[in-house]
Formats: sequence, C-alpha cells, structure tokens
Amino acid sequence: MLRFLTLRLVRAVLTIALVVTFAFVVLRLSGDPALLIMSVDAPPEAVAAFRKAWGLDEPLWQQYLSYFGAIASGDLGRSMRDGRDAIVLVGERIPATLALTVPALLIKLGLGIPAGVYAALHRNSWADRLVMFLAVAGFTVPSFVLGLLLVLVFAVQLGWLPSGGQDSWRHAVLPVITMGVGGAAVLARFTRSAMLEVLGQSYIRTASAKGVPWAQVVRGHALPNAAIPTVTIIGFMVGSLIAGAVVVESVFSWPGVGRLLVVAVANRDLAVVQCILLLVAATMVTANLVVDLLYGALDPRLRRGGSR
Amino acid sequence: MTTAPLLQLAGLSIAFGGATVVHGIDLAIAPGEALGMVGESGCGKSVTWLAALGLLPAKARVGGSVKLGGEEILHAAPATLERVRGGRVAMIFQDPASALNPVHRLGRQVQEALRLHRGLGGASARAEAKRLFDLVGIPDAARRLDAFPHELSGGQNQRVMIAMALAGQPELLVADEPTTALDVTIQAQILELLQTLRRELGMALVLISHDLGVVAEVCDRVAVMYAGRLVEEAPAARFFAGPRHPYAQGLMAALPPLDGPRAPLLAIPGGVPEPGALPAGCAFAPRCAASQPACEAAPPVAQLVSPDHAVACRRANEWSLAA
Repeated sequence: MLRFLTLRLVRAVLTIALVVTFAFVVLRLSGDPALLIMSVDAPPEAVAAFRKAWGLDEPLWQQYLSYFGAIASGDLGRSMRDGRDAIVLVGERIPATLALTVPALLIKLGLGIPAGVYAALHRNSWADRLVMFLAVAGFTVPSFVLGLLLVLVFAVQLGWLPSGGQDSWRHAVLPVITMGVGGAAVLARFTRSAMLEVLGQSYIRTASAKGVPWAQVVRGHALPNAAIPTVTIIGFMVGSLIAGAVVVESVFSWPGVGRLLVVAVANRDLAVVQCILLLVAATMVTANLVVDLLYGALDPRLRRGGSR
Repeated sequence: MTTAPLLQLAGLSIAFGGATVVHGIDLAIAPGEALGMVGESGCGKSVTWLAALGLLPAKARVGGSVKLGGEEILHAAPATLERVRGGRVAMIFQDPASALNPVHRLGRQVQEALRLHRGLGGASARAEAKRLFDLVGIPDAARRLDAFPHELSGGQNQRVMIAMALAGQPELLVADEPTTALDVTIQAQILELLQTLRRELGMALVLISHDLGVVAEVCDRVAVMYAGRLVEEAPAARFFAGPRHPYAQGLMAALPPLDGPRAPLLAIPGGVPEPGALPAGCAFAPRCAASQPACEAAPPVAQLVSPDHAVACRRANEWSLAA
C-alpha cells in the first residue's frame, strides 16, 4: 500500500511538473508580456526596463530554471499587472469559484445519479426515454448557449433573477444551474449504462434466485458494482472544481478563478496563469489519486496485497 | 408417478418479442427425484427453469402454469416468489465466477441467503455458513468465508454456489449446466458432490445439461428438449438403453464409442431452426432421416410408448417395434 502511494505521488508530481513546463513554453512563445502590459507608445527604454525587472531578458532556459526553482521553494511569482503575489490573487478568487462549482457538483450528483439509476431500472419505458432525451439535450447544448438562454428567459424576459454579478445568492442561481445541467446529463447517461451493464450480469440473477427482494438486489448487489465505473467520472468532476467554471464565469461576469484566468491569459500575466494552471493540475491529480484509492475500496479485485 | 409431484409445469410457454422459444412444456418432478434436462444450446432448457422461477426479464412473455406443492407460483406475488426462490427451489448456474457478486465476501453472500430463509444473523449465520462450506468440501472454510470470488478457482466457486443454494434448505435444486465451465476432473467432483448432497438431504434435482454423460451419471429420469419442445421423457435406464425419438437417437449416435475400431462420429445433419422460423410440423422433421410427409404437416403429439416413457414422434411406435 505504501509503495503504491509513493509511486502514485511521484507520478502526480511528474504530471504537475509536465503541466507547468507546458504552460511555461506556450506562454513564453505566444507573445511578449512587456508589449501587452505597457502601452503601445511606451518608449523602448521603458519596455527594456520592464523586461529586465521581470527577468524576461534572460535566455529562456535560465528563466525556466529560475521559475522552477522558485516554485520548488514555494514562490509562485507576482502578477505583472498589479505586483501582488499571484498566489494571493488567485486565492482571493477561489471562494467565488467554489461558490458556483460546489453547488453545481451537488446538482450533478443529486440529479444525474438517481436519474441514471431510474432510467436503467425502467429501461425502454417512457421515463427512460425522457431521461435520455433530456440527457442528450443537456450535454449537447454548450454551456455558454445554455447560459445565455437562461439569461434571456429568467433575467431578460421574466426578470426573476439577475443576469450577472456576484452580489447575492440569487446571482449564483443561473450559473449554478448552467453548470449543473450539463454535468448531470453526462452523469445520468454514464450511470445508466454502468447500471445496465451490471443488471445484465449473472450475479444479479443469482441474487434474485436466492430470494433477495428486488429493491435489495438493486441496493446491495447492483449499485456497489455500478459505482466502480461511475467513480471515475465523478473524480473528473471533482477535479475540475477549480477550473471548470471558465466559460460560465465569463458568461455571468462572476469574479472567480476562471474569469481571472481569461484576463491573465489575455494580458500574458505569466505568474498568474501559471499559478492557476498549477492549481488546476494539482486538484485534478489529487482527485485522480483519490479515485484510485476509492477503486481499491469499492472493488476487491483491484485491491493490492489482498489475501491471494 | 404415485407420489404427488413436488413441482409441476403445465403448458409452460415462453416468448421473446413475438418469437415463441418454448412451446407448452408439461413436466413433473417428484420429491427427491433427479431429472436430467437435455438438449443443445438454445433449445429452451435453461429458459424453461428461469421462467418457472420468474427469473426472466420483464420482456419475456410466460404462459401456462408452474405449481409447487400444489401452489401456483407462475406470476405469483413478489413476496411469494422471494420465499420460494432459494427457500424451496434453489438454482445454480453455469459460470460460477460470474454468478457470484465480485464485490462481496463469499461468507456474506451465503449469509444473505441464511438471513432471508432461516432468519439467521450474526455469529450463528457465520457458523452455519462455515458448516455449509465444510459440507460442500471447501478446504479451510473459516478463512474462505472472508475471501472474494476472484480469489477462488472455478470449482471452488461452484462449491460456494452450491453451499449458497443449500442455505435455504430447498426441496429442489435446479442446476443449470453446473459443470460446463469447469475442468473435466473438477466436473466429476462437483457431480459427485451433487449426488451425495441429494442422497443425504433428500432434495430433488433438476440437472440441465447438454452432456448426456453427465445426465447418465446423476439422473433417475431424462427429458429431452428440441427447439422449445419436450421430445422424449423416460427413466434414465430405459432412455439410455433405447431412446425412441430420432433426435435423441441422433444424440446417442453422436457419442464416441469407447471400444471397437475408430470411426468418424455421426453428426445430426442440418441445424436447429430459429425460434421465429419453425417449420409447421415437427421441428425436427427437416433434419430427420425418417421423416414422412405427415411429419411436416402438424407438430406431433406426445404418446406413451410405455407407462413412464413419452415420445413426441409420429413414428415412435414403429421405433419400438424396431427396437
């Protein structure tokens, strides 16, 4: 178990290092922050001074090494725009993002899983067809389209809810629904097929053949098995709690990490972009690690060091 | 049959999406009797027993009657069926590895049946599960209770299945190809176990198999199915001495002889008709060397060639003369 954990941890760190390197290369190659942040008519001396101040005049490999060294010592750099620590800047936005993504995740789980299970248990019924129709609709409509549609109906036409901003809980309703619907649709479809797969297994028939009541067959025999593949996709959703709101935050002008990322990329605010990507990679990798551990808990066949 | 039947199928028919796969099966099992159900894959032998216990998916249309000790159990209320299944009639399946739940410990799966049918829980359920494991010959039973199915071999898993089936102290055990997925040596062990248990517990047994050898070894009586119909039913000794239905004769002729010169095995020409495209007459007529025009006109009615030997063939009595 310890060996397994160590191995996974090393892999996690490598993954994050890879993401950081990739972000570094792409950002440095895609435009000069000095030109973007300074005004167009800034004197060349000022631009040069800016470059020198941020170390942009050094060779790329040297920048990379000092950047990596800084990260290793816990320094994620400062924003080129307002000079504050990138980590502080990003950290300020996290609660706002979580205020959208956590309720959205609850909607995904609370709506998607029961809908998928119900559809599987009533395969080919009208309820199944309705759930699957809604699910296909839910994940084929892009979130910015759904977001705009909801704004049009509930903000513009009906005037029930605000179309953007972050002043009260009412401002969160539309973005949370926008995010929740797509995820719930994906999860419903996934849960349904996982459940159908399991219900067709021989051990379900065995359980019925030994006299287990159907509700108990579903709860005790089918669900624990269907949970195994479903956990993967839930892990992915948990992993995108930080970064999953880029589009929706932009549509609803919600001041979260996603909006910050969009602005920082536009400005080539290197430290901020890199800080966000690092955070995203870290949450994703952590979620994956938890999923791997959960697999072991859910499926004895995947358990290491078992009694075999 | 002098005693009242334990279980009686009458006119049991099964259809999937408009195609009838089983056409009116009449069959009775006496208490403690071992009946072999023989036929090739797809002839309806497994489906018949799944239907009898209400284990087919909802899309299957099942008609007729299934009486257990005089009580109708076909389309019975869920509570009735749950009491019957595992309690009075238990069933084991072909592939033990996939018939056991991979995420539950073996002991727990057996204890579930003990709780449902005998109200045992906690330590007493565990003790009884261990006793059952010992009974079916699982070595190191106490430790195996905590194992998962993937940690045991196929043969051991089938023993667990049998232990689980015995948990409810059933009057009838339906074994659906219980040895097909196992090695030949293990096969013999499992068959011997089934026979011993049946003798000791006085339980009736339905052994579904495509293997005549297996049936000959274990069963008192043989029922042969072809294309969803019962074509021959007789005491095992009489059946193996001289099957009357041309299909059953073909099955016997296809067995390799143990002595004499090597000769190519005899195969029955042609294939089993699709359930949706059965001939109007006898389903076997197109493959039958002895078929007559009358055979293709209407399905044959079962007739008794002796008091306990029924054959669904128009010419059954001619065969008896020949034999």
